Amino acid sequence: MKRHLLSAADLTRDDAELVLRTAEEMRSLADRPIKKLPALRGRTVVNLFFEDSTRTRISFEAAAKRLSADVINFAAKGSSVSKGESLKDTALTLEAMGADAVVIRHPASGAPHRLANSGWVRSSVVNAGDGTHEHPTQALLDAFTMWRHLGPTSGGSLDGRRIAIVGDVLHSRVARSNCLLLQTLGAEVTLVAPPTLLPVGIEGWGVETSYDLDGVLPKADAVMMLRVQRERMDRDKGGFFPTAREYSRRYGLDGRRMATLQDHTIVMHPGPMVRGMEISADVADSARSVIVEQVTNGVAVRMAVLYLLLSGEEGMD
Amino acid sequence: MAAPQTDTRVEPGEQAGRTVLDARDIDRALTRIAHEILERNKGAGDLVLLGIPRRGVPLARRIAEKISAVEELTVPVGSLDVTMYRDDLRRGPVRALLPTEIPTGGIEGKIVVLVDDVLFSGRTIRSALDAMTEVGRPGAVRLAVLIDRGHRELPIRADFVGKNLPTSLVERVRVALTGVDEVDAVTIEGPAAGGVAR
Repeated sequence: MKRHLLSAADLTRDDAELVLRTAEEMRSLADRPIKKLPALRGRTVVNLFFEDSTRTRISFEAAAKRLSADVINFAAKGSSVSKGESLKDTALTLEAMGADAVVIRHPASGAPHRLANSGWVRSSVVNAGDGTHEHPTQALLDAFTMWRHLGPTSGGSLDGRRIAIVGDVLHSRVARSNCLLLQTLGAEVTLVAPPTLLPVGIEGWGVETSYDLDGVLPKADAVMMLRVQRERMDRDKGGFFPTAREYSRRYGLDGRRMATLQDHTIVMHPGPMVRGMEISADVADSARSVIVEQVTNGVAVRMAVLYLLLSGEEGMD
Repeated sequence: MAAPQTDTRVEPGEQAGRTVLDARDIDRALTRIAHEILERNKGAGDLVLLGIPRRGVPLARRIAEKISAVEELTVPVGSLDVTMYRDDLRRGPVRALLPTEIPTGGIEGKIVVLVDDVLFSGRTIRSALDAMTEVGRPGAVRLAVLIDRGHRELPIRADFVGKNLPTSLVERVRVALTGVDEVDAVTIEGPAAGGVAR
């Protein structure tokens, strides 16, 4: 592992598999009466969130606390940032307080990279989502969830497994990180979206693309539905699709479409989901849905990441 | 890149050094330990064997098999990873976690026998005692080791010992067990073999 986790592309296959194996051990601890582990006692983890997030922040907070680290939550709203402080000055403040790891979410793509490589801080930087760029721990928890469900029947790996990622790929940092990580782990990824919601340069991602959801579903081993990020859709840029109803009819996962899936196929969603838009309520609540399990796995994966980044000797890279 | 540190006491295919115990010696030592555990415990009731990964786990399994053969009673066997409880976690590279499996029925009120391959500084056992308090409260904890090589740094001693092996600090004791390694053997190496043990 490198000292920072900024992109899913930072992880080699060995690194990624180490995170998954470590997460498996962390996950087994969740069933114990005492869930606390002493591994990061005396270390400080700062959650630096410049963008609203509930589940990611809580997930990182729970992960750090279960490893006995001290957690400081820094939300941009109501802080010095709203008074005009720059990222640099915020970073220098955190450095002066002695943070060992900074978990950063920022609306600007590349902010975590800037924080890690500018020399402002000595701590490890974990990208918890930057703009429309990347969200590597989400990709790790998605891969971990797939690995737990699909791994046992294919020799403990995702080699050759077919993963369909469906929806607003254009605005999705989750999709980008997942494409990178799943390919590292040997899976075959197909992105399904209307042409307007696929990013420019998608040919360079090395993944299949399709506009036809019904053609992709019967072959998939896992289907990941993405939320349509309307808050990132600027009205002035024109419509990405005619109506929500038409989007839902062509690219939403409902009970009828779910019936065409193979028996072992799982349905995933990174959350927050909009029932009735990209996923219908009966699918979200079905036995195939592992959406709630993804949240549990998220804590285990983030524990693994924090453990692997922070537990060794300082400066041992 | 900090590769996770794993147990390096035996590299695959490497069998240098002087053999102290061969497969039959190990088997005899484990048979004796199994009988001593039964004698001390007055039977196999309430016993739980917890091996410390990696090589404590196959040892615990073998001892349990021997106890079952004598007592016609299956002894629960589990593994207890102590990595996150080590006092040297922040020295050296990141250590990979190893499996912890607590047998169904837990350890609450049971007589837990910790099993490890080599007893050296005693720090691993201290970590194990800490790790165990978060799983439950055993009625009593005993310690069984295949090799006691001395040089304790903490007030800890084993209840059941396969072989006492006086060593110098620069020597290296290697335990190989089938299941983890290719053969059963305990070897001792001089300082020339590179590095101080652990």
